[in-house]
Amino acid sequence: MKYILLIYSNERQWTEATQEIIEKVLAEHGEYGRAMANAGVIRGGAELQPVTTATSIRFTNGKPKTMDGPFAETKEQLGGYYVIEVDNLEQAIHWAEKMPGMTDGAVEIRPLGVGATMS
Amino acid sequence: MVLAHILDEVVRTDGRRVLAGLIRLTGDFDIAEDVLQEAYAKALVVWPRDGVPQNPGSWLNTVSRRLAIDRFRSQRNRTRPLQSDVEAPPPTPEDDDPSGIEDDRLRLLFVCCHPALPDGSGAALALRTLGGLTTREIARAFVEPEATTAQRLVRAKKKIRDARIPYEIPPREKLAERVESVLSVLYLVFNEGYASTDAPSLLRPDLVREAIRLARLSVALLPEQPEARGLLALMLLTDSRRRARISEDGDLVPLDMQDRSLWDRSEIDEGVRILDEALACGAPGPYQVQAAIAAVHATALRSEETDWRQISALYITLLKSTPTPVVELNAAVAFGLATSLEGALAWIERLETEADLSRYHLLPASKADVLRRLGRFEEAAAAYEQALALVTNPAERQYLQKRLSSCAI
Repeated sequence: MKYILLIYSNERQWTEATQEIIEKVLAEHGEYGRAMANAGVIRGGAELQPVTTATSIRFTNGKPKTMDGPFAETKEQLGGYYVIEVDNLEQAIHWAEKMPGMTDGAVEIRPLGVGATMS
Repeated sequence: MVLAHILDEVVRTDGRRVLAGLIRLTGDFDIAEDVLQEAYAKALVVWPRDGVPQNPGSWLNTVSRRLAIDRFRSQRNRTRPLQSDVEAPPPTPEDDDPSGIEDDRLRLLFVCCHPALPDGSGAALALRTLGGLTTREIARAFVEPEATTAQRLVRAKKKIRDARIPYEIPPREKLAERVESVLSVLYLVFNEGYASTDAPSLLRPDLVREAIRLARLSVALLPEQPEARGLLALMLLTDSRRRARISEDGDLVPLDMQDRSLWDRSEIDEGVRILDEALACGAPGPYQVQAAIAAVHATALRSEETDWRQISALYITLLKSTPTPVVELNAAVAFGLATSLEGALAWIERLETEADLSRYHLLPASKADVLRRLGRFEEAAAAYEQALALVTNPAERQYLQKRLSSCAI
């Protein structure tokens, strides 16, 4: 079953981090991705650019309207994701708990819809 | 008529075990419940014709598994495969496999206690699947509308199926963080069996037995967790009083008036031994403290010999880890018997104004007992009346009624 791991954290911590910390966390993500590849579970993933780059298309009665900003202003922002394929939620939790660079914030685990397994 | 009786008996003794196996096989609570119902219906047709099978539970197991497999075969767009052991062995007798790690119902308990389930819904699901309670009975136990309980059950089953919460005992490093919820659900099942909200007899021995059985398995699985032992000891020590707790007329007999020769000595001995093992770990917790309180009662040969000072001290300890109004009420009563009835009365009266126990019948009932011991019968009678207005269980009602009439004399 495919799950997406959505990484939420305070973006400012990341944009204001020292070069040294950024390099360390990126290296950890590299290792994390390799571990997932070795286990044969990784199906995709990416870091997202900051919410200042976000654009939302808001629909009202079927009519789209383009707006600046993310879907919702929150204390923590979606900063990246991984898609993994594992047997069950327990295994997804196992990987989510190992997410690099998390001092606070959250990793949300969502099973992908069945249709997505076709792709 | 006779057949219906036999089937009832099978449902009670084997139904939940078969259900747990079906949930593991299908990974879907609704399908499992469905095919089990179908198998019951089949039994009502087949048994009168061919005779009742020698092992009805095993028959039920085989037939319902076959129905589940048929259903999966006919379902072309199924999203999840059946679990591997399609040809599972028939269910084992109740007390087989004391190590119990491979127990379907223990796995089910862990599924129900999974932290990814919405709050409270896992406990409801455990009472439904492991305890065999109806939605209405669970609603009563949780003091909530039946529709709310039904919603909880639907949400829990849906999350288990759609997010695919596995039907397995969690990996060892996860066990410790799951212990608390597993033990609290077992405690709930036991309590519902010991002081049933709904059943006329107050006791549901089948629920009590199942809770004790699962608590034993938890101890085997979690040997390094003294609280698991504490809970098992608490259950055994409490259950040891079962036969003395209800009179022949179905009345509730309070602890101090019970015929202690009816207490189950072997259960007491085992409970005390397990409690000692738990306490030796040097990490006391609420279950161990409650078991210790039960042990003080259990080892007093006569009611007058009860060491109330020790019990009172234990309740103060319990109050630190579990500062709930109900525990405080018990602490007040123990203080009354150990030190000062007037002090206890003042404490209970403070609880009346401060704590939210307005629907809890044991608050006025305890107050009434203290007043009665103080010889203030008129006030005691008024408090018994208050308790009677709140009590739901028939056996407890009868007991309060008797106390009330004794005050009127």
